[in-house]
Amino acid sequence: MKRGIAGSLESNDALITVKESDKLNITIKSIVYDFFHTQIEKVIRETLTELGVDKIDVVCDDKGALDYTIKARLVTAVKRMEGGK
Amino acid sequence: MKNSLGRFVPDGYIPFENSSAHKAKKRVTVKEKHISQGFEELADISEMFDKLKISDGMTLSFHHHLRNGDYVLNAVAEQIKKRNLKNMKIAPSSIFPNNKILVELIENGNITDIYTDYVNGPVAEAISRGKLKGMCVMHTHGGRPAAIESGALKIDVAILAVPVVDRSGNGSGFGGKSACGSLGYAVSDLMYADKVVFVTDTFTDKLINAQLNGTYVDYVIKTDAIGDPAGIVSGTTKITGDPVGLKIARNTAELLDELGYIKNGLSMQTGAGGTSLAVAHYVKNVMKAKGIKGSFASGGITGYFTEMLQEDLFNELYDVQCFDLKAVKSVSSDPRHKAISGSRYANPYDDNVADKLDFVILGATEIDLNFNVNVTTDSHGMLLGGSGGHSDTAHGAKVTVITTNLVKSRLPIIKDNVTTVTTPGEDVDVLVTERGIAINPRRKDLLEKVKNSKLPIITINQLQEIAYSITGKPEIKEISGKPVGVVVYRDGTVIDTVYKI
Repeated sequence: MKRGIAGSLESNDALITVKESDKLNITIKSIVYDFFHTQIEKVIRETLTELGVDKIDVVCDDKGALDYTIKARLVTAVKRMEGGK
Repeated sequence: MKNSLGRFVPDGYIPFENSSAHKAKKRVTVKEKHISQGFEELADISEMFDKLKISDGMTLSFHHHLRNGDYVLNAVAEQIKKRNLKNMKIAPSSIFPNNKILVELIENGNITDIYTDYVNGPVAEAISRGKLKGMCVMHTHGGRPAAIESGALKIDVAILAVPVVDRSGNGSGFGGKSACGSLGYAVSDLMYADKVVFVTDTFTDKLINAQLNGTYVDYVIKTDAIGDPAGIVSGTTKITGDPVGLKIARNTAELLDELGYIKNGLSMQTGAGGTSLAVAHYVKNVMKAKGIKGSFASGGITGYFTEMLQEDLFNELYDVQCFDLKAVKSVSSDPRHKAISGSRYANPYDDNVADKLDFVILGATEIDLNFNVNVTTDSHGMLLGGSGGHSDTAHGAKVTVITTNLVKSRLPIIKDNVTTVTTPGEDVDVLVTERGIAINPRRKDLLEKVKNSKLPIITINQLQEIAYSITGKPEIKEISGKPVGVVVYRDGTVIDTVYKI
């Protein structure tokens, strides 16, 4: 199973782990879940669309990252996963 | 019932009206008792339980001057557990992570009610999860002495850790192996508890000018160690190195200067956090450049203020609690550095130091568009602190400045409404963040003084918009459920409720 990881568990960052999958599966854990989970999911979905990925397993462990951080971590995690091909 | 801020007040409590309501009330003090025959020495904590017949439902009080290194509250908790006492009430002036043994006692119903000024760590979490059968009553550092002296908080036994005790029962925090400096928060317990027990690890023949008067002391217990010095005070408290914190601090000092508060005879207080100390640093620079000497600084005292005293930038320090080793050394040796009681510090009914402050620099977990401040819970409603002296000094000082980052871990600090009100907005004058400064519109006098300022002064609504442009707008989270605690304002009224989460 190919996977890619990017980010960290430092404050204001997120650790994103992606794995090959036959369906889209997004799991969000966040210290600001109650306030921003909809927004975090939206950024993840939009970024995947930009990357042209529609079947993937994404686990986002968020420590209060802003949208652009989440996007950058996700893009890198996907690249690392694909680099493992 | 709701109070004047629209916050729910559980049955049996008096709703908050406004921060000056105490002025219409009279000081009430129950009778002090003095011991004429001198204290009796007890072998250990267990003998104390037997001798004083400590039993179900009693109220035991403690101070928190040994902070995260305290052994005494934990040793008493061990006895409560061993004897399986029920429905005990405890009144420690603060609770720290090292008091985690209390969680088990709360869960087992050994302890059902807590009265404190500040609580964080596992005990705070247990309370927020609804484990406490009764209530957690959160006082302020000035409200606690007022509640004790009036009899509203009646203490059966005060069990006080005292670093050094003399043959007359006088106590001090200036010496001994667990030296912690001022014992300000123990004084009301000493004077008004039914029975007073000192727990010490150091006896001496005679103390001069002891902060705790031996004529109140019933029993003394000598033990090997009352605390772990490593947890009692931090070795050093340092100015922040974070450029954001430094910018906030610099702007704060500049604003205070423009407002004309950095002048001869000034009095001030800051917290011990890195940004607060940085404000002191920049204020100090202005004082030195202009040849200004202040009258006093107060509060929990850090080495930074003792250095300013040594440089003759203040006449005196009023110290209710020492935060680091330099402060302990200074209060023990410099007569201008005075140890004061919690009542003298901030009791609204006493001639208190907080009321004489020109300015105070405070933090905030949240602040809202009405300038109400929360330092009691996080944005989820989880207990993580408490007023301490926040609302006392905010009321007393001529100018109250909140310094905080605009955003912390994606959460905008400016809310429409704070999750929990600790300090009412009527007492909060200025908010300084790295993106701008907001002045409470109630303070027309301040706004007038800075109308030509080059400082980035905008409205609090504009600051909130800037925060939202960075983080996105947070979803609203409704907090409701079973009340687990009340936030008691310094006059004894309830300003807000803490809920089970």
